[in-house]
Amino acid sequence: MITEALIVSAILFVIGVVGVLTRRNAIILFMCVELMLNAVNLSFVALSKLHGVTGQVFVVMVMTIAAAEAAVGLAIVISVFRHAGTVDLSSLKLLRG
Amino acid sequence: MSIVSALELATGAQAPAHVLSTTVAQYMWLLPVLPLLGAMGNGMIALGVGRARGEQVDATTARHPLVTLMGPGVLLASFALAIAIFVAMLGAGMSASAGLATPFILRLGSWIPAGALVIDWAFQLDQLSMLMVLVITGVGTLIHIFSVGYMRDDAGYARYFAYLNLFVAFMLVLVLGASYPVLFIGWEGVGLCSYLLISFWFRDAANVAAGTKAFVVNRIGDAGFLVAMFLMWRTTQHLDFAGAHAALLSQAGTPAVVAIALFLFIGCTGKSAQLPLYVWLPDAMAGPTPVSALIHAATMVTAGVYLVARAAPVFSGAPAISLLVTVVGALTALFAATIALRQWDIKKVLAYSTVSQLGYMFMAVGSGAYTAGVFHLVTHAFFKALLFLGAGSVIHAMHAAYHATHRHDDPQDLRNMGGLRRVMPVTAVTMGLATLAIAGVPPLAGFFSKDAILSAVFARASGSPLAQASLLGLSGQTILLGVYAVGMVTALFTAVYMGRLLLLAFFGENRTGSDAAAALHEAPGVMTIPVVLLAILTVAGGWLNLPELMPLGRPELLEHWLAPVTGASAARLAGTVPLAHGTEQGLILAAVVTAMLGLGIAFIAARRPITDKAHAAPDTGVSALLANAYHVDAGVDAVLVRPTQALASVALARGVEPGIDGLFSAVGNGLTAVAALVGRRVQDGDVGKYAWVIAAGAVLMLAALSLR
Repeated sequence: MITEALIVSAILFVIGVVGVLTRRNAIILFMCVELMLNAVNLSFVALSKLHGVTGQVFVVMVMTIAAAEAAVGLAIVISVFRHAGTVDLSSLKLLRG
Repeated sequence: MSIVSALELATGAQAPAHVLSTTVAQYMWLLPVLPLLGAMGNGMIALGVGRARGEQVDATTARHPLVTLMGPGVLLASFALAIAIFVAMLGAGMSASAGLATPFILRLGSWIPAGALVIDWAFQLDQLSMLMVLVITGVGTLIHIFSVGYMRDDAGYARYFAYLNLFVAFMLVLVLGASYPVLFIGWEGVGLCSYLLISFWFRDAANVAAGTKAFVVNRIGDAGFLVAMFLMWRTTQHLDFAGAHAALLSQAGTPAVVAIALFLFIGCTGKSAQLPLYVWLPDAMAGPTPVSALIHAATMVTAGVYLVARAAPVFSGAPAISLLVTVVGALTALFAATIALRQWDIKKVLAYSTVSQLGYMFMAVGSGAYTAGVFHLVTHAFFKALLFLGAGSVIHAMHAAYHATHRHDDPQDLRNMGGLRRVMPVTAVTMGLATLAIAGVPPLAGFFSKDAILSAVFARASGSPLAQASLLGLSGQTILLGVYAVGMVTALFTAVYMGRLLLLAFFGENRTGSDAAAALHEAPGVMTIPVVLLAILTVAGGWLNLPELMPLGRPELLEHWLAPVTGASAARLAGTVPLAHGTEQGLILAAVVTAMLGLGIAFIAARRPITDKAHAAPDTGVSALLANAYHVDAGVDAVLVRPTQALASVALARGVEPGIDGLFSAVGNGLTAVAALVGRRVQDGDVGKYAWVIAAGAVLMLAALSLR
């Protein structure tokens, strides 16, 4: 049972990584990051069967922080859209050396 | 650090406590701390008085009562504590069944805890360091008291005592340190104080040059000492005496031990003014005369002899280097003694005499006769301090006389003295005793110690492990016999130049000048009393280590006292067969005849009329060579100093601004430009690219961790 859960977790994580690397839309990027976080959450929960309840506690903490991060992140995306008229990251290149 | 020290505490608690740990010896950290406090107090007065008067350089602290109290006072306290510790050691030595076979190590704290390298602030009390502490604080106290009289009208009175106290503090750290790095702190500290005191009258450029020379030449030797410590750490992983010596003993004869001994000895040649690094000591006489007595005769310059005796397990494991030590000592002794024959400055004669006597000490410790070397160190401290203080009294009187009559002659020139015994009887008698002692006339201290050295060298020339060793293809036997012969010739020269000094200064007609001669006077009591006490020690010092032949008291006290420290090492170099009594009596007779012969030659030579410096015919031939100290200083100047200065001035005039500075600026600017170019390309603001880099980095890190 753990093995299957870990395989699903790995697949979810890779999907998230590939999404972050290939997509340029800020909203989609966000969702991919959430996907990665939840992939890790899944493996935490699965492994807590072996290593005790700490993993589950971590999951609760990760979800809390992810919620806060989503709130802040979406607010930033909205204000970027208002400022630049787009959320496409390939056209947002002001911060360069 | 906390883990290390906790471990050490745990192991320390299991080991049985040393017999001395509950006696007054547990306060031995106070020995250097007291003079250090004195240095701080006097230093504050020196700075404070300057500030208060708003003109730091011209403010005078002459005859400052607090300085007079504190300067010699802290030394006296230190000396009293040393005596108390000595008594405790004597008591413990009698009650303990095993005697004091192991040193008492007092750990004060951690200094450098760096992985395997753990160096503690630790002091070591054993028979050798106890003896050194007694000599340093005892002779030091007398010289401090003398200085009260000698320096009382000097504007830098407080500064002088601050430096002098600081010197004693460092010297005590040097002899009490339980590891080479702690010893090295003292070693460098006394070098610093020596520099400060040689340049004490810093308004005269020559004094500053002399101080700088001493500092630079010492640095060359110190580099050798440092290399020796590095090698020791590499070879043994220990730097404390107990650990390093135990480890090096088990590797005796290996190239590592030979190299360590060689580099340690290079350190000694610098600090103890041996060939070829002796050049700083004659110039060091630019400082006040009591400084010459304390630092450049009695204590600091003997640090090298102490180091060889302390590192006896290392040197006895490298017989070839021991032979080198004894050869360098012999050559230095002869070389400096010949120069002393033709010097006219009273302090220069004594300075070269010091170099020569230090050579004797190295002859002894090099041939494994550590007791004889340390014995001569102690007696030399007595009579050479006496000679310098006596010379100080003479210079003081001459200076005052010339000052009173407004003449500008040289108060240190022997040609301006003569007949001083009539006006300075105490100084004349005490200096006479010291002269007889250094010349080797029985039963004064110098006779016993010099005889101990010469007979030890002679005894080791046959049938000892040292005689079977070889250096540069010469057998140890040949070398030791040669060293003995050089030692005898040097003894003759010693008697000649010291007799000459005594006769020129105190006998014959007075040449000071009729008006100035009337102003000559004996030194005040505060200066004569220390001199008289030193004279008593000069007479009695030989009883420390009487040869067994002479039934004058208990024989070889010092030999037995030092046996736990150096006995085993000495036994590894010495032969098992002692000298036949007939041979030993012959050696003693030869030494006495030599001394008498030398004094006789001096007496005959002193009959020649003396012309003063202005009218003297220029020296020619050999005497010119000797008067100019073999032109060594001029040679070093021409070969090393002036080319370096010329190169420096050329570089300064032409090369520095556009060349060296330009090169560094160009390299720096170029690097910045390249870094900026690369950085700008990488950081282009594309977040997607950053994500790729982060992902690639994570994959690489995972790969590295899983492949390890």
